[in-house]
Amino acid sequence: MNDNNPVWVIADQEDCNLLPVTPQLVGQARILADVLETSVEVVLLGDGVGIHTEKLFASGTDRIYMGNDPDLGTYHSEVYTDVIVKLAKEHNPQIVLMGSTSAGRELAPLVAARLKTGLTAHCIDLSINQECILEQKIPAYGGEITIVCPERRPQMATVAQGVFPDPFPGEGRSGEIVSVRGPFLFSGRIQTLEVVTEEPGGIPLDTASCILAGGAGVGDLDGWNQIAELATVLNAGLGCTRPAVDEGWAELDTMIGQSGKMVSPKTYLGIGLSGEQQHMVGIAGAKIMIAINSDKKSPVFDQVDYGIIDDCRGFVPVVLEKIRQYKEKHVSCR
Amino acid sequence: MLKIVVCVKAVPDPKEAGKLKIDPVTKTLLRCDVPMVLNPLDKHALEGALQIKTETEAHICVLSMGPPEAGKIVKECMALGADKGILLSDPCFGGADAYATAYTLAMGVQKLGEVDAVLCGMASSDGATEWVGPEMAIMLDMPVVTMVKEITMCNGEAWEVKATRENGYRRMRVKLPALLTVTRDLNMPRALSFSGIIKARKKVITQWNLDDLGISAETVGIKGSPTIVTEMCAVKNTRKVAFLEGSREEKAELLLQKLVEGGVL
Repeated sequence: MNDNNPVWVIADQEDCNLLPVTPQLVGQARILADVLETSVEVVLLGDGVGIHTEKLFASGTDRIYMGNDPDLGTYHSEVYTDVIVKLAKEHNPQIVLMGSTSAGRELAPLVAARLKTGLTAHCIDLSINQECILEQKIPAYGGEITIVCPERRPQMATVAQGVFPDPFPGEGRSGEIVSVRGPFLFSGRIQTLEVVTEEPGGIPLDTASCILAGGAGVGDLDGWNQIAELATVLNAGLGCTRPAVDEGWAELDTMIGQSGKMVSPKTYLGIGLSGEQQHMVGIAGAKIMIAINSDKKSPVFDQVDYGIIDDCRGFVPVVLEKIRQYKEKHVSCR
Repeated sequence: MLKIVVCVKAVPDPKEAGKLKIDPVTKTLLRCDVPMVLNPLDKHALEGALQIKTETEAHICVLSMGPPEAGKIVKECMALGADKGILLSDPCFGGADAYATAYTLAMGVQKLGEVDAVLCGMASSDGATEWVGPEMAIMLDMPVVTMVKEITMCNGEAWEVKATRENGYRRMRVKLPALLTVTRDLNMPRALSFSGIIKARKKVITQWNLDDLGISAETVGIKGSPTIVTEMCAVKNTRKVAFLEGSREEKAELLLQKLVEGGVL
């Protein structure tokens, strides 16, 4: 059952910068569309976003619906939802992909509910099956589950940055730009008063070559401060699992996993975490994975290269001391 | 009097949820007795409502969709200070995806009549889609702001909130009635108090089923879900662990070696 309707990506941009997840999704959309023998289309809304069309075509789209207007400059959930829903009802995409960014995670369910269709969150893989249906994979219960939206259309999914690779730019690819014109009506129910940018502290997880991640087993804030110190002396990025966020030790935007950040460090050190699938799936391609956990039966030990069975509260200070001695020895040699 | 509805969910205790696993042979979920608790982020949503109640006259109704056992979570919310508790429970509601869940809860909210605000935790610790709140807002035709980390003004016909975004936040003004999903940054939830538990003993939870909501069985549960799970796979592990052993000192020394070898130090 292939209806030849296009595969869509809703572009994510912020302050005129195209977020990296968008070309990654266009690249994957291209792969899906080729299997379905159909086209890829992107919906690009913002102000001054014309500069992104070349990159989007190079990433694999055939057509861009571009709403380029001062009224669309700041993301507005109701206006963006209205524009996207109107376009979707007109053009009937069979698949709509969106990035799991803060705007995407708000916009995707609004669009899905308006279109009365299914939406899968934070997919780690997307493929087309024999029945030409989109198979959406997410981690769950220590494994992976496959979800489909068999009847309703479009089939919608959000995907985090880093799940799919940056696409290889297609030389000389071009396509069609369809202008989306206003007026863009604001109901007045929601108003953005101010957009505030705060510089994040710490080593960015996206690029860190060594990452430390802490979980529930860290125990308390003092324990957390200890592993934060370890991250500092190792010059490592400090990430976490969901329980650490819920406990208030770490910020949501340092959570590594399916609904958080996808990372690809060379070295990963997991402390006081049980290796839950939702977290582990966020770590790709590490050369060395190490875990410290007091439970010798912890599932985390099935997923790492080196394991240390010990209570991190007692163990980490000893490691810190060893590292301090090592650094002293090696600095003084220079 | 502000009428606030707080949507809550009973979830497997996140501290033990790791025990729920897919059987690699049968490819179904291995049933395991993990206790059900109040979804952590919903505690923050309820606390948000309770704090608003200290400043303005408000009536807080807690609403949950779940099996009869989820009633104890609703009771817990009453013990924390909610005025009314409703459990939407019916065998038909089972197996619902986010869309069908949002629809069922939205119908519950509608049955409550005029409501000024609906508060939800941003996500549940088990499903973690983040979809139920915003989808409810569409079905109730309410404006929604997600990832609210602070409510800076909540009197009058509009509220002002701070909504988290990458690298910062947006300050938003939203007209009531509105739906907000909240993050853990919103507040520190209060603990259960003995007096709260005693008072809650007298409060009654109302249970509504499919007929009470006046909706069709086709719109809820598995039948009302646009998405379904077609396959479950246990994950194959490709790494084989080597344990670093010995005394604590020796283990730390070995770890240091690995970090040096790996180029971290």
